[in-house]
Amino acid sequence: MTALWARHCSTKIWSRHRLAGDEGGKTLLYIDRVVVDDVRAPQVLKNLERRALAIRRPDLSVVVQDHSVPSFQTHSGLGGNDFVDATRVAAHRHGLRLLDVGDAEQGISHVVMPELGLVLPGSTYLCVDSHSPTVGGVGALGLACGSSELEHALATQAMWVRKPRQMRVRLEGGLDDGVYAKDVILHLIGRLGLDAARGIALEFAGGLIASLSVEARLTLCNMAVELGARTSIVAPDETTFAWLATSPHAPRADLWRRAHDQWRDLRSDGDARFDVELEIDCAGLAPQITWGTTPAQVASVAGHVPDTAAQAGLDEAIWRRALGYMDLTPGTCLAGTRINRVFIGSCTNARFGDLEIAARIVTGRKIADGVKAVVVPGSRAVGRRAQEHGLRDIFEDAGFLWGEPGCSMCAGGGGEKVTAGERIVSTTNRNFEGRQGAGVRTHLASPATAAAAAIKGEICDPRPLVQER
Amino acid sequence: MEKFASVRGAAAPLLIDDINTDQIAPVQFMRALEPDYEKALFARWRGDPNAPFVLDEQRFRRAPILVAGSNFGCGSAREVAVWALAAHGVRCIVARSFSEVYRESLLKNGMLPVVLNPALRSDFEARVVAADGQAPFEVDLAAYRITCPDGAAFAFGMDAGERTALLEGLDDVAMTLRHRSLIDAWEKQTALHQPWLQQITATD
Ligand code: SF4
Repeated sequence: MTALWARHCSTKIWSRHRLAGDEGGKTLLYIDRVVVDDVRAPQVLKNLERRALAIRRPDLSVVVQDHSVPSFQTHSGLGGNDFVDATRVAAHRHGLRLLDVGDAEQGISHVVMPELGLVLPGSTYLCVDSHSPTVGGVGALGLACGSSELEHALATQAMWVRKPRQMRVRLEGGLDDGVYAKDVILHLIGRLGLDAARGIALEFAGGLIASLSVEARLTLCNMAVELGARTSIVAPDETTFAWLATSPHAPRADLWRRAHDQWRDLRSDGDARFDVELEIDCAGLAPQITWGTTPAQVASVAGHVPDTAAQAGLDEAIWRRALGYMDLTPGTCLAGTRINRVFIGSCTNARFGDLEIAARIVTGRKIADGVKAVVVPGSRAVGRRAQEHGLRDIFEDAGFLWGEPGCSMCAGGGGEKVTAGERIVSTTNRNFEGRQGAGVRTHLASPATAAAAAIKGEICDPRPLVQER
Repeated sequence: MEKFASVRGAAAPLLIDDINTDQIAPVQFMRALEPDYEKALFARWRGDPNAPFVLDEQRFRRAPILVAGSNFGCGSAREVAVWALAAHGVRCIVARSFSEVYRESLLKNGMLPVVLNPALRSDFEARVVAADGQAPFEVDLAAYRITCPDGAAFAFGMDAGERTALLEGLDDVAMTLRHRSLIDAWEKQTALHQPWLQQITATD
């Protein structure tokens, strides 16, 4: 715990949670919150029983129903609700807090945990899902793991982690109206590639970050995973604290004051040294959309599908395969490409602010003929608030379907099927082949770009639609 | 955990970068509580008669060694993407680099991730392609060495702790619980100084 290296925001959290080091090059970290999702819960909890292992801190663990929650009453979830049912049974048997389908606090893990104050600045968070670093948006250290590591964490409340290298990305410049955090992170992934932050703790900083809402920061940290980041964080500031102050499980009164005092010290020291440092000027950035089958295959909406593999910076075979899968011709303009579907949802972009952004474009309009558009709030709380503010009516009046909170169409667990060959603009984080269903062509974009595509029936720049309001 | 000492057999080349877990084990195969992991393996890449998938070719059908590009196992944290390879008989993956979560899951399943020194990679990969599954490679963890069919040997490194855990098939939980007193002490301290971390505040 020498002051010399405990200087970045994430190393401050790291060193405060360090239990033992450094066996096999790894550090044993205490994990404050362990989260089990409904895809993994049935098997992981059964394995613990088989291994006769007790859960060390059931009071600090949370089970969520998200991946396999049916999006509509007419649908069934994964395995015809097998996962939802088995998760419920297993959570009850182990005395774990369950955010169950229909509960006021239910939602996608990485949406509800920060929103409810179940994960706090300066804490460590482990979820058996790759997008755990999302919680960096509130200044927590989020780590992802597989099922076996989760069993270990439930039994020990600790995890062995290799110390990440440190990277800081300073985002400067203001964003145009109609351009959002999602565009920034897509642009960044396109520029840096899927491997740029592997084994790295990535901190977002700079003037733009200071001006962004917590929700926008959560979006950035969420998709930093697509850069390969081990974890990502925005140092918590007064914006974070104000956002958390009203959350139902945040500490209160005297405890809040004590916590607040400590949280203010979490920001990286002025002279902290990072292994990699980068500055990106976001002024003038255009809305972004993916054209290929990874989040790094991205261009601005007014841009073109790369003419050649070299231009795309890809191997010939991979480039051809991506274009073949997406059914796009080299050199075509992305704007104007007809679409069949729109999905606004997921742990990337289904918070209240995201729905507000989309609603600004949808208000008073109708979705294009032949387009099926779905909006699924990231949590029940988001859904309630959206309803209170009239957003649900705006979406439904425009012809959107409004689904039950959960991951829904992000990974195809909500029961809403998309047909092979259909083209969808989606606010999710992965456009891998088959991610949203076999043969489904996914274009990742911001809620604004997705909403605009629903209205126009084609990929388009959302800015004119925003500005018309 | 299953012990890993050495394996001997065909080395299957899959020299593509950024192979993600949605490719290794598509989500549609997780739709059952007890899925058929082997069936899930690269399900969308297999079965194409025009482009036979490497692990489906007779000589690689039970290849215990897979040789891949960089950032292998990126994307979703799903461990089925490890179990699917295990079900196919793969025990060791030699890649240019691994996603960290995926690499940890390999270790927890008694499988060996190897990253060769960058200076040696092309040479090794060329030998894998040249051997074309016709002659066996041997990976010896105790000796930190891969031996090619022609006798050429490639040394690799690994943290001693990880190696011991693999060689002896150590129980990870039991290992960590040797530090139980540290965990107890941490919780006690934190309950005093950061009590909000040691409890979940109840709603009003
Ligand atoms: S919304 Fe998508 S990315 Fe997020 S946790 Fe659910 S399935 Fe994973």
